[in-house]
Amino acid sequence: MAAENQSLATYLPVLVQVVLGLSIPAAILLVSHIFGQRAKGNYIKDKAYECGLPSEGKVHPRFAVKFHVTAMLFILFDIEVVFLVPWALVYREFLAASIAITGATAVFLGILVFGLVYELRRGALEWEK
Amino acid sequence: MPDPLFVFIAALTLGACCLLVASRNPVTSAMGMILALVGIAAEFFLLDAYFLGVLQVLVYAGAVMVLFLFIIMLLDVQPPGGAYPWKRALAGGAAFLLLSAAAFALLAPEGSLAKAAGPTPPELAANPESYATAAKAFGRSLYTKYMLPLQMAGLLLLLALVGVVTLAKAPKSAD
Amino acid sequence: MEALLLDLLRSPELPYVAARGLVLIGAVMTIAGYSVLLERKASAWIQGRVGPNRTTTPFLAWIPLLGSFLRLGGFIQPAADGGKFLFKEDPIPAHVNKPYYVLAPVIALAPALAVLAMIPLSALPDGTPLALCPGADVGVLLMFAVSSLGVYGIALGGWASNSKFPFLGAVRGSAQLISYELAMGLSVLPVFLLTSAPGVDDGLNLATIVAGQEGMWNIVRQPLAALVFLVCIFAETNRHPFDMPESETDLVGGFHTEYGAFKFGLFFVAEYGHMVIGSSLFILMFLGGWQLPFVETAAWGALGTVAGLAIFGAKLAAFLFFFVWVRWTIPRFRYDQVMRLGWNVLLPLAVANLVLTFLVLAVAG
Repeated sequence: MAAENQSLATYLPVLVQVVLGLSIPAAILLVSHIFGQRAKGNYIKDKAYECGLPSEGKVHPRFAVKFHVTAMLFILFDIEVVFLVPWALVYREFLAASIAITGATAVFLGILVFGLVYELRRGALEWEK
Repeated sequence: MPDPLFVFIAALTLGACCLLVASRNPVTSAMGMILALVGIAAEFFLLDAYFLGVLQVLVYAGAVMVLFLFIIMLLDVQPPGGAYPWKRALAGGAAFLLLSAAAFALLAPEGSLAKAAGPTPPELAANPESYATAAKAFGRSLYTKYMLPLQMAGLLLLLALVGVVTLAKAPKSAD
Repeated sequence: MEALLLDLLRSPELPYVAARGLVLIGAVMTIAGYSVLLERKASAWIQGRVGPNRTTTPFLAWIPLLGSFLRLGGFIQPAADGGKFLFKEDPIPAHVNKPYYVLAPVIALAPALAVLAMIPLSALPDGTPLALCPGADVGVLLMFAVSSLGVYGIALGGWASNSKFPFLGAVRGSAQLISYELAMGLSVLPVFLLTSAPGVDDGLNLATIVAGQEGMWNIVRQPLAALVFLVCIFAETNRHPFDMPESETDLVGGFHTEYGAFKFGLFFVAEYGHMVIGSSLFILMFLGGWQLPFVETAAWGALGTVAGLAIFGAKLAAFLFFFVWVRWTIPRFRYDQVMRLGWNVLLPLAVANLVLTFLVLAVAG
């Protein structure tokens, strides 16, 4: 098993990979720009493609509030999941060492379940209504 | 001499923050904020706080900023017209920088800066309770010592959820 | 000899690390190219067609049997596709937001390439995993975190196009991605619980998760979690039946309608790269990684490493075929069905599974 304390050197490959991951697509685009056929704009190419019909209305139409609700609910549940990750790592260790954790976890999971049931019962994400 | 990696990432983060504040295009501001948050996550990694760094990316850069971007894009916010007031912005920034430097010089205890820049003190490194980098160590203290704040946070999240649902769902009409 | 090989595979020196990273990225891009071929061939078979069987090159075509085999199998097609992307006219339409229009494909692909650092492919003879970043304590979580940034590629691409249909596709796509990310995160918590037995300190490390499946794969112990995770991978990679961001029947071409040449190609590679990563995650977390039941590859030394790689590759190929198979079996969902499935079915299922695992562990210890 790995040691409790890790050094930065462990994560050096991640940094390298992030740099590579950003530079390789950029390099591909550059090469493609150099070798690709020169682009010539014309009236048709410079219009937004809407199946050949002239564009109508606003480019960025107003959107339903449901998308905002989705994003906000996502954040709230995501934070609860984040709190549960360290729990998943220590839960069995605590059980084996008879440290009281079951009741507390039950309360926290209960809050999560209650929130979920409330959200589902109120139909916050009913897309048709 | 500070770590060159730290200097690079700090410069990147600060540059992203300037972009966030100075840009007139809200999407550029959002991108600057994402970059700044990722930069802060990288600084967490440099401080051996790997778990925190990952959570920073997961929660802030990956979740909160999606909401920001949604709001900016969906409301189609138009950038304000007119030239950017560079002189005023620069003057304000310089004044703030001077004030905070003065406050730091006056209020920070003697030698704390040198201590912060130095290596991890041995008495801290020897104590695994307060200096542990493993994700598991977070669980150990979160679910024992900080249990009550954790449950409070859970309740707060529930309250926020109720708020979101109440605001989003107009009260049912009498149909 | 073996010492040199081992050094090549796990030396922490920067040039070695970068070289390994490049090899891995090259391998994944090649796999992505050949997944496209697999997709075209398999869809052809399913629909009773022959698929790509014309592309060939001089020299290769003159080899007696092999030449016609390569041509009929379409094996040169991916290279031809890539070359075509490279030499295409590369227009930037006048109505787009230029910086973000160019940036979006890079942002879409970069997270997919960056998370490769975390994926272990096999075990070296001394037991350490064969991965770019083998000792990472926060492995899986880092993968989730970084790959969740890929959503900005889609969102920016659709927004910068300044066009109605791409924007619709981008907004739908990002809402779908975040919705399924939630169910995905919840569905893997029981796996962490199973892995983190007392004494295991790095339960988030993928190699540890693989080691924890010796004897019994997690798909047997956690079938519900595996099912939820599987559906979520399909949604996260925007594959059929969840390809809302593209959805060409109602959104023209979705978020990349206005893209051409290699800018479109990068979005395409990103989709297939995410497929490779999603399949790898499923294989590592639920299908025992590079292990086979009843076969002790760990005892074979260097041969075991190669065998592990082969097993992993075979599982990956099978999983990629599964992706294609599903595409031609299940019709696309409507958008409200996608959201209902995510929030009203998968999320409660994942939570129920988590609570159940919690209770079982509390009783059984």
